[in-house]
Order: sequence, then structure tokens, then C-alpha cells
Amino acid sequence: MVQMLQEPQNQSTQAAVVLRGVSCYFGAVKAVDGVDLEIFPGEFFSMLGPSGSGKTTCLRLIGGFEQPTSGQIVLFGQDASRLPPYARDVNTVFQDYALFPHMNVRDNVAYALMVRGVPRSERHRRAEEMLELVKLAGLGDRRPGQLSGGQRQRVALARALINRPKLLLLDEPLGALDLKLREEMQIELKALQRQLGITFIYVTHDQGEALSMSDRVAVFNHGKIEQLDTPKALYEYPKTEFVARFVGSANVLEGRLLGLREGKYALRPERISIVVGSHSGANCLCGTLLDIHYLGAQTRYEVQVGSERLTVLTSSEEQGLQIGSPVTLRWESGSLRALQEAP
Amino acid sequence: MPGKPSLGLRLAFYLGMLFLHFPIAIIVLYALTTEDRTYQFPPPGLTLRWFGEAMQRTDMWAALWLSLQVAAMATAIALVLGTMVAAAMYRFQFLGKDFLTVLLILPIALPGILTGIALLTTFKRLALEPSFWTIVIGHATFCIVTVYNNVVARFRRMGYSQMEASMDLGADWFATWRHVVLPSLATALLAGGMLSFALSFDEVIVTTFTAADQKTLPIWFLNELFRPRERPITNVVAVFVMLVTFLPIVLAQWLTRNTDDLHGGGKTG
Repeated sequence: MVQMLQEPQNQSTQAAVVLRGVSCYFGAVKAVDGVDLEIFPGEFFSMLGPSGSGKTTCLRLIGGFEQPTSGQIVLFGQDASRLPPYARDVNTVFQDYALFPHMNVRDNVAYALMVRGVPRSERHRRAEEMLELVKLAGLGDRRPGQLSGGQRQRVALARALINRPKLLLLDEPLGALDLKLREEMQIELKALQRQLGITFIYVTHDQGEALSMSDRVAVFNHGKIEQLDTPKALYEYPKTEFVARFVGSANVLEGRLLGLREGKYALRPERISIVVGSHSGANCLCGTLLDIHYLGAQTRYEVQVGSERLTVLTSSEEQGLQIGSPVTLRWESGSLRALQEAP
Repeated sequence: MPGKPSLGLRLAFYLGMLFLHFPIAIIVLYALTTEDRTYQFPPPGLTLRWFGEAMQRTDMWAALWLSLQVAAMATAIALVLGTMVAAAMYRFQFLGKDFLTVLLILPIALPGILTGIALLTTFKRLALEPSFWTIVIGHATFCIVTVYNNVVARFRRMGYSQMEASMDLGADWFATWRHVVLPSLATALLAGGMLSFALSFDEVIVTTFTAADQKTLPIWFLNELFRPRERPITNVVAVFVMLVTFLPIVLAQWLTRNTDDLHGGGKTG
């Protein structure tokens, strides 16, 4: 009775994951350097960054595969900083899938149940259900070695989900798939996450993937979170030069060049329009057209302005532009974003 | 399709095979000869008499039994210690690891005579009388290496993420070892164990230093050669040993015939 009354209240107030001042050093390397974050139940949360930025280590800390050098990891209200992986209500889809080659697909999927001593018949029934969920019904007798990359990925997903974890960690799960399959799986993963209502933490270096799937994204660089925001806020209001350049592409300009106060400003290529000739005025710069790339739906221009090289993206090809001739770049005054120094 | 090999190449192949296997055929042939002193060719007649006589030789049976016991014991020790050291070398990074790897491989590269003398000196120092166990320890020194080599190679191929996945799915260290690590190592352990067994079974040099008056089968063979009477009996025992060692190899090959290797889809890191 007491539990029934308490549970909904806990659900709404309690974060799924809280990291407080978490650092993880490997010798002199600060893989994760003072990360604070809070992830809410049911959220699709992405950790985005280049390789070596600390995103994978951060995920492994949550999974229990690494121990924090300092700081605290709280999972669903419980301090889990020192808990081994098998004592956490968290499951992981590994980058290399990590399927057990000596077991068939059904036994792979049912592994967590086998370890807990669930009877064979129930194990098989639930494994079959999971295989259906990931659209691999009927492949239970195959060996992992007989499956395609995409199928192995689904087996890894089914295996991680069979215990109905409250939190699923995904470490670049689509990295090994080709582009077409990757796009399909992105849609399926997102649908699966909505259907199951499980919190997903998704590590990727692909900014498009992070933007299209996530509720919120943490952008990692040098072991720190540079910005934590919704995909739209990240793209529209990048706080640092790194985020502006890593999420989408950006022209980063000195305030001096623009006649503004000192500091750096980001300007998205699609926010700029380009016209022939040299014109003066507010919110514009004159330069020389270096190159034109026709991309189908869009056209990209490279323009030399003083010592800077700017990229412009337009949805229709401007007429009368010639490589080597003077051009003027214009933008709305609200398009510039003042950037801060990295934290 | 690859073309047919040239006549010269095939000839060379058959000559090589003949060179490798002719001596073995000779042993089989002279186990059946009616003549008991010289290697007269062709044998004056064929008989199965020596098989019966070999069975009667209690000293041969004792030597065979001792060899089997020593080989089994040395292999068992090597399987445990070799696997443990392989696991440690795979799992941990530490200062002097490369040096330790060399030290581990050394016993098999070292001439047997050095191992023998070193062990004898050490046993004397420790006031250990040469016994069954000193032979076992002597053999274990190089058996460990073969198990280590096989197991560490398998560990490297296996990838650490499988063990992490197992623990992620609720298995503690012991369950992970039992359900994931051991099945993956099984064929490597089988291969390493068989090689160990074979190495120990025909070891002569280290045994001469570490044994008291025990005769393992190879030493029994050596002694028989100095006493040329009933020479065919030695050949009969050789044929018998050949059969006994051949069967496990065929069995092991059959057991490992479709070990499929599975690696992840792409890059790791």
C-alpha cells in the first residue's frame, strides 16, 4: 500500500541518472574531468563528441565498467559509484555488440535470464518475444556468426532489453552499419524507446544522429561537457566555438571584423545570403568568391573575407556569380551568436 | 580456380612426405618381423608374436603408467597456472610486462639440459629428494608455456567486451567465467593441454635430471636400445604409443572442426 502511494511521486521527482563532479583519470589522462549532469526518466539523452572527448568513458562509468576517480554517480536515487555492473539496473548495447559466439541467438538474448536462474521454458518464451520486438522472429537457432551486421545489432538490443532495464546505454550502436541501414535503425530505435518508455543514453560522434533522435544532447570536449541542451537550442544557440563548429557547421568570426565588441561570433552558413558586387552597410561583409559547390538541394559558396574564409549555403543557386569576382554577404542582425570561452 | 601443380612440385611433395613418414613405416614393419636382432631387409617373415611378448613386460607397463601420470599431472598444473597467467597478462597493464612475457616464454626456448641442471640444483638446495613430484614440476615448467601461449592468443581474439556484456547482464565474475570465458577458451585449453601432454610424454632430458630411479616411457625406450635383445618389442611399444597419441589429435581436430570466430562489426575503442 505504502509503495503504491509512494511510487508515482518518486517517479516524477527522481532523476534516472545524476553525476556530481565525476572525474575519471587514466594515469595522467583526464578522460572525464568534472562532469555534472542529470538525466530524467524516459528521456532520450545523447552524449556527443569527437573521439577522446570522454563521452564513452562517461557512459562506461554509468554502466559500472570504469570506476570514477572522484565524484558521485546516482542511479534512480541510489548511490552507484562503486557498484559493479551486475548490481546495476542498467543494460548496455556495446559498440562491437559483444555477442557470445558459442551460443545461439536465443541463448544470447536469454543470457540475463539464465544467469538469474529463470526456467528454460520461460527463458525461451521471453527470448522469442524480444526477438519479435526487434523483428528477428524465427532466427533464434542461428549462431551470431551467421547473421548480418544489422541483425547482430538487433540481437544485442534484444539481449540488453530482456530484463526490462530502467536505463539502456548505447555505445555508438550504429557505428558499424552502412548509411542506409543506420538511418532505418535510428527511426526504429527512437520508436522502440517511445514504446518501452525506457531512458536511453546514446553515445555518438555523429551530430546528425544526436540531433534527430535526442530529447537532450550533452556535447563533450576534452572530458568536459561544453553544452547541455535540446537539439534545437544546441543548433540555434551554440555557447562555444567548439559546439558551433561540431554541431552543424558554422562560420566563427572575430567581433573586430564585424564592428562589434571583442569576442567570437558564430554565423550559420544558411543564414547568409550572397549577392554580386561590393556593397556596404550594416550586417554585411565584402569578399571574393573562391568556389561554388552544387549540392542539389543547396549550393555552397566559399568566400574569402580579409584573412577569413566563410561558407555560405543557399537553397537556390544565385545567378551571375563568378569565381574570383567580388561578392557581398548579408545576414539578419539576429543571426549572429556571441560565443563564450570553453569552460 | 587454381591450376594443377607442376610435375616437379608434386614429385617434391611426395618425396618430402616419404622422408617424413618412411621411418615410421619402418618401425611398424619391424614390429612385425620374425627376426629379433638386426634390421634385415626385407624381414625374413612377419609375426604378431612380439605384441604378445610386449604385453607381458611389466617394466614397460610401469613406465607407461608413470609417463601417463606425470603427463596428466603436469598438464593439469599447466592448465590452471597457464590460464591464470594468461588471464592476468591479458587483463592488466603494468610496468615490466614485456620483460615478464619473455620470462614466461623462456622455459620452452631454454635448452632442456639447462632447465634440468637448474632444477636439479634448486631441488638439492631445497633438500627435495628426486621423486614423482620433482619430475612433474620439471615438466610443468615448459607445459605452462604451451598452455599460456594458446590461451593468451584466444583471450586476445575474444575481446574484453564479451566479459563486460556478461557482467552487464547480471553475471558476477564467477558466472562470467563459467558461461562466457571458459566456453570461449575450451578449444584453446584442449589444444594447449594436448600439446602439454605430448611434450611431457616424450620428454627425456629434464626427466633424467629430476627423476631418481623412475623410468618414464621415453627413458625405458633409451634403456632398451642399449639392450638390443628383443628389439621388435621396442617397436611394438612405439606403434602402440603412436596409436595412443594419434587418437586424441584426431579427436581434438574433430571437436574443434567448426569453431567459428566472431568479431564485432567494425572499429573498437
